[in-house]
Amino acid sequence: MSTTFKIFLALCAAALVVPFVPGLIYPVFVMKVMCYGLFACAFNLLLGFTGLVSFAHAAFLGSAGYVTGALMIRFGAHPLGMPAALAAGVAAAALVGFAIGGLAIRRRGIYFAMITLALSQIVYFLAVQFRWTGGEDGLQGIPRGSLLGLDLSSDTTMYYVTLALFAAGFLFVDRVVHSPFGQILQAVRDNEARATSLGYDTGRFKLIAFVLSAGVAGYAGALKALVFQLVSLNDVSLHTSTEVVLMTLLGGVGTIFGPLVGAALVVGLQNYLATIGDLVTVVIGLIFIVCVSFFRRGFVGEFLHLRRRRAERATRRPALRPEPETAPAAEPA
Amino acid sequence: MSDCALETVGLTKAFGGFTAVRNVALKVRRHAIHALIGPNGAGKTTVFNLLTKVHAPTGGRILYEGADITGENAAAIARRGIVRSFQISATFPHMSVRDNVRVALQRRLGTQYQFWRSVRSLAVLDARAMALLGDVGLADYAEANAADLSYGRKRTLEIATTLALDPPLLLLDEPTQGMALDDVDRIKRLIRRIAQGRTILMVEHNMSVVADLCDTITVLQRGEILAQGSYAEVSADPAVKAAYLGGGHG
Repeated sequence: MSTTFKIFLALCAAALVVPFVPGLIYPVFVMKVMCYGLFACAFNLLLGFTGLVSFAHAAFLGSAGYVTGALMIRFGAHPLGMPAALAAGVAAAALVGFAIGGLAIRRRGIYFAMITLALSQIVYFLAVQFRWTGGEDGLQGIPRGSLLGLDLSSDTTMYYVTLALFAAGFLFVDRVVHSPFGQILQAVRDNEARATSLGYDTGRFKLIAFVLSAGVAGYAGALKALVFQLVSLNDVSLHTSTEVVLMTLLGGVGTIFGPLVGAALVVGLQNYLATIGDLVTVVIGLIFIVCVSFFRRGFVGEFLHLRRRRAERATRRPALRPEPETAPAAEPA
Repeated sequence: MSDCALETVGLTKAFGGFTAVRNVALKVRRHAIHALIGPNGAGKTTVFNLLTKVHAPTGGRILYEGADITGENAAAIARRGIVRSFQISATFPHMSVRDNVRVALQRRLGTQYQFWRSVRSLAVLDARAMALLGDVGLADYAEANAADLSYGRKRTLEIATTLALDPPLLLLDEPTQGMALDDVDRIKRLIRRIAQGRTILMVEHNMSVVADLCDTITVLQRGEILAQGSYAEVSADPAVKAAYLGGGHG
């Protein structure tokens, strides 16, 4: 069993007891962390493991939320309503991802990011204009329906279902990263020209990664719509797209658990510092500045780096020491 | 079929008003080691970039084993078996040395799009990857990050990665550039060994490497072919002497 899996099991085990200690930690808060954690994992799949910066992730989160919400409002009572609406939400997000990714993938770096930004603004505009999205009001009172005969209207039942769905989503992302496909993604991230010269159509790999990432972001969005029973314009806004960047960077980009830690941190600050109002943004901003100035790898990234350094120092193989340069000895001035 | 592995006909590339490569007719014989030399800015790397479709030519045709490959994209050309190395070392720095080679081997497995399978399914390639690393003398570094290797070893790793594809035609862009003398000798021996049963086209500045290794030499100057032939023929050519020793601004 890999270390990742062990840590993940421990986290899940801890999450299992949460509903029994509502005084200590609020289950709805944990569900929110799980939704945003998945969202950040999806984003990290792209930024950390493919090397693409997207500002369109709210569009995926939101469009899935709207589709799932709208379907639940109409067909929520059907026994298969919830899984079908969830699947439809994921499919919708993947489709939007295919459209946005397909256009953006032709450009690199900042241009890529800007195209995703522009296209996600179109999605926002559509969410305001369409009637079925509820415009400014969003969708409210979305029924949670039932899954395999379990009535999800109780928060505790919903909590365990959310935990199971979260675990599935997280393990899916972990699998994509640690798959034959994931190896090529990392190669594309490290050196795209070289990956091409080895015969890989890098554009296609990036597009598939983009669609997978959009799908997982949609999965998080659909789940969030069910948990909170509402979808609002905030879910498709640029604000949400930037928040996920923040979560991923704070936790540690390119690490498996970083996005979860980052999401917990940001959601936690927003929740527990809610009393200070808008100042939360200032606090998060300061934390972010400290993070990028002093520990750019993020919490998890920095931790892993320290551990690796220590391990290296303990078993330093002489062969790995950088070879002396052939530069001449310094001449006296 | 002729004995040419690679042939260009009237190959031309203009960047705006500047013609970097003009009307180049290159014939690379099968299983030969062919060098492309010339002063800085002569268009050597541009020719490489045209052959591997980093740039699209503005004129002319490229024939590989008789087939016209002018319209194909970079990845498709690599899949045909034309694989290049780069002027600056091209590794995947955040992957282990072994994984660098494995990425190249992976294509033949055909599982590169399978995001649902475990990465452990690639373990079947480990033995082959280690054999390739052993061949080039990097077996001891298999688990190190490619970024931590010395420059010479990075280039060696690049060659091992390229060999993993078992390409019939290798394009080496300045394989010994920036290397210490020991490394140059090692790479030279390596190139001679890997040339068995392959065609190699290389850009190289180091004349001792060219003289020792290459069967045919093409001299480029200002985007055009100045001379072509064996080392003895080319080095005796008065135009080549003039270009290298005086007059030319490269």
